[in-house]
Amino acid sequence: MTTTLPITLTVNGQPYQRSVEPRLLLSDFLRHELGLTGTHVGCEHGVCGACTVLVDGAAVRSCLLFAVQANGREVRTVEGLGSVEALHPLQAAFREAHALQCGFCTPGFLMSLLPFLEENPDPDDQQIRAALSGNLCRCTGYQKIVEAVRLAAATLRGAGGA
Amino acid sequence: MATRLFGAPIRRREDPQLLTGQALFVDDVELPGMLHAAFLRSDFAHARLGEIHTEAARALPGVVAIYTAEDLGEYWQPGPLLVPPPPIDGALFHARTQVPLAKDKVRHVGEPLAIVIAESRYVAEDAVEQMWAEMEPLGVAVDLEAALSAEAPKVHDDLPSNLAAHVVQQKGDYEAVVGRAAAVIRRRFHYDHGTAAAMENRGVVAHWDAKAGQMEIWDTTQAPIPIRNGLAAMLGLSESQVRVVAPFIGGGFGPKIMMFYPEEVLLPWISMRLNRPIKWIEDRRENFYATTHERGQIHDAEIAVDAEGKILGVQDFFLHDVGAYSTYGLTVPINSQCTLLGPYNVPDYRSEFKAVFTHKTMVTPYRGAGRQHGVFVMERLLDLAARRLGIDRVEIRRRNFIPKDAFPHDHGIIYQDFRSLVYDSGDYEPALDKAVAGIGYGDFVRRGSEPEADGKLRGLGLACYVEGTGIGPYEGARITVEPGGTVRVATGIGTQGQGHYTSFAQIVADQLGVGVEAVRVVTGDTREFYWGAGTFASRGAVVAGNACHAAAVQVRRKVLKAASEALEAAEEDLELVDGQVRVKGVPGSSIALGELAARANPLRGAVQPGTEPGLEATDYFGPDRGSTASGVHAMIVAVDPATLGVEIERYLVVHDCGKVINPLILAGQIEGGVAQGIGNAFYEQLIYDAEGQLLNASFMDYLLPTATDVPPIESDHVETPSPLNPLGVKGAGEAGAIPVGAVFAQAVEDALRRAGHGVELLEIPLSPDRLFHLLHGSGEGEP
Repeated sequence: MTTTLPITLTVNGQPYQRSVEPRLLLSDFLRHELGLTGTHVGCEHGVCGACTVLVDGAAVRSCLLFAVQANGREVRTVEGLGSVEALHPLQAAFREAHALQCGFCTPGFLMSLLPFLEENPDPDDQQIRAALSGNLCRCTGYQKIVEAVRLAAATLRGAGGA
Repeated sequence: MATRLFGAPIRRREDPQLLTGQALFVDDVELPGMLHAAFLRSDFAHARLGEIHTEAARALPGVVAIYTAEDLGEYWQPGPLLVPPPPIDGALFHARTQVPLAKDKVRHVGEPLAIVIAESRYVAEDAVEQMWAEMEPLGVAVDLEAALSAEAPKVHDDLPSNLAAHVVQQKGDYEAVVGRAAAVIRRRFHYDHGTAAAMENRGVVAHWDAKAGQMEIWDTTQAPIPIRNGLAAMLGLSESQVRVVAPFIGGGFGPKIMMFYPEEVLLPWISMRLNRPIKWIEDRRENFYATTHERGQIHDAEIAVDAEGKILGVQDFFLHDVGAYSTYGLTVPINSQCTLLGPYNVPDYRSEFKAVFTHKTMVTPYRGAGRQHGVFVMERLLDLAARRLGIDRVEIRRRNFIPKDAFPHDHGIIYQDFRSLVYDSGDYEPALDKAVAGIGYGDFVRRGSEPEADGKLRGLGLACYVEGTGIGPYEGARITVEPGGTVRVATGIGTQGQGHYTSFAQIVADQLGVGVEAVRVVTGDTREFYWGAGTFASRGAVVAGNACHAAAVQVRRKVLKAASEALEAAEEDLELVDGQVRVKGVPGSSIALGELAARANPLRGAVQPGTEPGLEATDYFGPDRGSTASGVHAMIVAVDPATLGVEIERYLVVHDCGKVINPLILAGQIEGGVAQGIGNAFYEQLIYDAEGQLLNASFMDYLLPTATDVPPIESDHVETPSPLNPLGVKGAGEAGAIPVGAVFAQAVEDALRRAGHGVELLEIPLSPDRLFHLLHGSGEGEP
């Protein structure tokens, strides 16, 4: 009975074609249709930032987008960063600095930080904190996330960017 | 032994999975044929419940079933009392526990009325929108004091009033010391509280496999084993037929140990009826209404001091808001009552509280669990006493510390673990000295009230506290050396980000001479370990950590015995290094742990008489009583005199949690706790209107601290090992959050006083808005 619309998009470099209800959230599409459960849902009203993904390179809240709005776009999720065996420098910095505890908010932080570090390869603490302020973390108190960003920025500068 | 891993800042073993999106959280569980649940919840705080109209909802395609209280038949039962009241003489306690679905009456907004099961969550929510309940609104008891009056609408009709508990604890004779006091200071303190707001909401997946006769439940619980035991009993199954898994949990902080939430009672039962797996994931709005809170207290407290500022006695009478149900017993108010005493010698103490039912979400422990309320009252009383007597505020604390040679120190009252409140060990002056030096107290005080160049008002706050941690009853661990050389550790507690996969591995690795990468820790799966209580009261490292240690010691013994036979060497000549057992000083004479494990499980012949197969041991640890952590926090704030916006310029923690297992993980616990304390002190407050409606049930209206609100946190440590456990550890999970309100109020008050405002800050939270009202008067006398 429900109307569905066809969409075509790329997620982490892989093309997908699906038929979805217009009301299906992008977060639910990624998690439950594609099985990419690394993107987490914390509030579903755009405040906590846990569901942040990249759409055409920009960090967006996947709980505030419908899947159909991602039609024709390139989406990148945390699964598109490094792997357990070979962490991305940003992920490695989070581990090194103990920038995560329960880890639920972490994928959102990582995806928010990717474009930030591309635009700001050598940020100061104030810039880092401003960049983090759109993501909520209830475990760490943020200090070690700030340290991780500093560390990642240094690594990425050395490696010539993300 | 080679380099000791205990005490080293080992990077966490669980991080790569979490960082790459490969860690399993409850909402990540996908099962074939899985159905989805959504709830119809009460819009009223107090109402008589009539018929629930479900016809339109049932007609929606994709709706599989709808259940109301009547449909549950015999299964509908109020939940068990989770914590009975401690054995305190004369204590009155009324146990009234939550129900799976409301019947006849609702007692708080968000109480579930009906559950819809559908093919998708979207359809389930469509169905909820098509349902409505006939409800007759009744008067509400929202205000804590008014709820106790004779005219107040009752939360539980069968009780004479809304009084849920009345407890008096005392030692000495407070009345007698008042006459000797140089000063008696009496004030009223308000301490409101918010919600834990873990980033992951609650969730349950229940899967009944009728052919296997097995129930599998994934649950965002902090206590999988008690959930297994309780649900097996409710469902009429053997405990062995029920497996509860608490996989990676996105933050706990207390409310996820409440049991049994209606949702986790309903889903397994319905799964058995429908023969399908069912998932329910709480949304954030539900989390505000349906996950437990920690609510406010009002204290009328007084302190009697002599001319030198020595405490003669303290008297406190307080009201504690329990919300609609008292399932968690008296843990929170007893914590307030006991923790008020802090690191101080209080010869005479009289503390009386009344716990009060209100038409609000149930109250259970949230990080700190009432301890911050007690600390706030005591620290503020000491500040006021110091000012009255003209004594420096650091000095008055120092004069009243329990001296380091007076441990164990018995306070003579009963703590939340039912044992007498005895501090096991402590040494408070070094921590105070470090805090005073670290925050630059002397310089700050000398600067006096010189105007600041930027026009800001600066103030300093400093407060002391203790925290009863690591209470019983017990936890256990089973350790197995596998033939491949992997050391498997299974324990019953769940983990919500505390780094157990790493810290427990460190403890075990030291005993068995392996690296942490060789140790695989499993927590939170009842199929892996049968016995245990859960993760709460800052007890994981203390109780489960020592259980891991005890089991590892036993396995080490077995390894040495087996290696002694294999290598034909005396046990005392052997050492465990790099996954090998070696004969000291004899290169080449060694055997791998895995090889020993293989030999201990022979395929032919028999194990030696009197021995068991495998290099495996299970052991338990149950502390006699909790171990007492302590600390001093200090902060410097800058207050904008125009907006009363407060910025924390420095925050310092000096903390004593005994022996430190992993300083990196410890720092994370402290920093995160402080951040929650800052939220609590600044602006986290659940705001109810007169009708019992929660007005700020979203992250847009209920503000959590962000990276721009939480300052860098400096920390330092003092180490007085606990004599109550072999590792000498004390808990650290809640310490960061406990004294922040007291420090914050003192610092802001200090800043305002320097500018000539004679205000006393006797309440938490203190938002800029509230500070403005307090300073300029608004007719809003009560918070």
